[in-house]
Amino acid sequence: MKGANLQIDSQGRLRHFLSISGLNRQLLTEILDTAESFAGITEQAVKKVPLLRGKTIVNLFFEASTRTRTTFELAAKRLSADVLNINITQSSATKGETLLDTLRNLEAMHVDMFVVRHVDSGAAHFMASHVAPHTSVINAGDGRHSHPTQAMLDMFTIRRAKGHDFGRLRVAIVGDVLHSRVARSQIHALNLLNTGEVRIVAPRTLVPAFADSLGVRVFHDLRAGIRDVDVIIMLRLQHERMKGALLPSEHEYYELFGLTEKKLAHAGADAIVMHPGPINRGVEMDSEVADGPRSVILQQVTHGIAVRMAVMSMAMRSRQEGDE
Amino acid sequence: MATVTRGRQQRIRIHDGRVIDPASDVDRVTDLYIAGGRIAALGSAPAGFVAEAEIDATGCVVCPGLIDIATALREPGQEHKATIATETRAAASAGITTLCCAPDTSPVIDTPAVVELIRLRATHAGKARVVTLGALTRNLDGEHLSEMAALRKAGCVGVSNALRPMVNSLVLRRALEYAATFDLTVFLHPLDHALANEGCAHEGRVATRLGLPAIPQAAETAAVAHLLALIEQVGVRAHFCRLTTGRSARMVARARFDGVPVTADVAIPYLYLSENDICDFDSDCHVLPPLRTVEDREQLRNALQNGSIHAICSDHQPHEPDAKMGPFPATEPGISGLDTLLPLSLRLVEEHVLELPALIRRLTWHPAQILGLPHGTLETGASADVCIFDPHRTWLLDNGNLRSNGHNTPFRGWEMKGRVTHTLFEGRLVHALQP
Repeated sequence: MKGANLQIDSQGRLRHFLSISGLNRQLLTEILDTAESFAGITEQAVKKVPLLRGKTIVNLFFEASTRTRTTFELAAKRLSADVLNINITQSSATKGETLLDTLRNLEAMHVDMFVVRHVDSGAAHFMASHVAPHTSVINAGDGRHSHPTQAMLDMFTIRRAKGHDFGRLRVAIVGDVLHSRVARSQIHALNLLNTGEVRIVAPRTLVPAFADSLGVRVFHDLRAGIRDVDVIIMLRLQHERMKGALLPSEHEYYELFGLTEKKLAHAGADAIVMHPGPINRGVEMDSEVADGPRSVILQQVTHGIAVRMAVMSMAMRSRQEGDE
Repeated sequence: MATVTRGRQQRIRIHDGRVIDPASDVDRVTDLYIAGGRIAALGSAPAGFVAEAEIDATGCVVCPGLIDIATALREPGQEHKATIATETRAAASAGITTLCCAPDTSPVIDTPAVVELIRLRATHAGKARVVTLGALTRNLDGEHLSEMAALRKAGCVGVSNALRPMVNSLVLRRALEYAATFDLTVFLHPLDHALANEGCAHEGRVATRLGLPAIPQAAETAAVAHLLALIEQVGVRAHFCRLTTGRSARMVARARFDGVPVTADVAIPYLYLSENDICDFDSDCHVLPPLRTVEDREQLRNALQNGSIHAICSDHQPHEPDAKMGPFPATEPGISGLDTLLPLSLRLVEEHVLELPALIRRLTWHPAQILGLPHGTLETGASADVCIFDPHRTWLLDNGNLRSNGHNTPFRGWEMKGRVTHTLFEGRLVHALQP
């Protein structure tokens, strides 16, 4: 895996989808455009296209997920693929079998694509560097590293709401950036799409070291951080991080970084509010904001299906054409 | 004249090599005479010496056998990774004649029986000397003192808690005091485990981008400061193992300047690699403590140059392939280092970090001093542990010429310059490069 870009084939097409970093603007735009065409289909009465008929896709989830797994499953089914869901949580009796063994066993069943979520950063890269040549790997979240389909559905949502020119946008990402694979992918995607300004807003304990090297401006005050922005992305705060050494309490976090209608007034007049879900109401944001007119949170979920259809079909296309 | 017979003590004349013995300030082309397993003379043959065998060292460097302060042999306890037999054989082929093994074996080296077991296995293999560090606390639990007097009597050259945490400062203080009672050197791995927080990469730009759980520089510097305060208070002789940051090297140098009896070493990978090398999740670069920044790498080289770091070691940690086969954080840390200790060290000469004699001093005499061993020198009467290498010979490191059982090295594919041609251990030929 050294040096080579695993994700892109010799013709510059998407082979695996592992992280935003390593891709280029053209590919991101292609994903968004392809998703746009699928968005039309998912709004029709008959929601299926036969693009992946006869293909087998395995959702291999080593970490619990509802939303991501469901939308991947729906996306695969709407592409007419056969879908197998495998949930392997840490607690189950799989200890002893290595990730590679799991992979090899499933490969023996002639799987065409793996959608993988894993607790360890780099897990999707690891799988992609060990799968058979005809198999694609789609990263559905690895540790704190990357969650590229989430980032792309967010870009899709922003593009639909704000138009194609990211250059004039200011985007603020608020919350636990340190532990967030979603934030890392969003930051890379926003920068690749030439977003005017990317900000992160969080207390020091939730900001990774050298965060500025990711290409963001760091704020520790919510009002200043969202002032005049066009997009606010709130991150989920894991329950176990609310008490202890990272944050003193849920209460103080909400006071300082929770998004309320009042604080939202500091943002741009037509700013949209996003959240990758699931929301902790009353912690990251008020219900008033979550369900309010600026919120595009449910659209994000809907767009997730089209974006995942796009990524899956593109990765498979590179395979099929490559075979010829 | 006959060539040397493997494995037998003979009267040997090693002729026309560049003999470098930093301990006695020798650096000249001359002959070395060996008899009865000891150095008999340098320059001209002792009276009545009749060589049974000769080694032509023309064009080669003849120096004391290397002494490696940090070698995990994996035996007892992890023989699926490596054994004393396999790793001492690898050491011999790399010019290393003395290895020091940390107490984190299984069972832990906290009883004379384990010390004895390791010595017997090493003696049986007969390729290199293996010395041991005893556990500072029982089962390395960080709470109960080990029977250090017994361990010393059994032959341990020092005590250490390896990379296991010493959470309680009071226990640490008492352990240092108890070790000092028996004139034992304490080998300390400076790592604040709470700050390290089970991280697997340096807290810097790369870990931030890759989302890897990170270990800040302060996990090391805070531990060095804490340990230095206790070392000074207690007055124990201490050695800092595997410094990885320029700042901690400066702290140790400062303490030494102030009269605190401390020394330090660096492992060779940290002089060549940095956090940037893990950028594609290369598990062969997963080490603990983690690879730091490019600046740290340069500062470690400076510290080696100006003498604030005294010894270079391999930090040899052989693994079976499965240990490195997984997502980066889930793999086991460590690099297999015996095969590359000398050739990578010789690069420091090419890169003008050290002169060759100064380099050899940090691979032989200094580690011998730190371990309190009468080796690492070619003075008359010393054990005939000799490394002969061709400094100009280049070779490519690949799986085929790795002698260690552990093939886990990020240096595969590197061109190495300098190859060991002969190794003698206690006057016996234990390695000769096939022509």
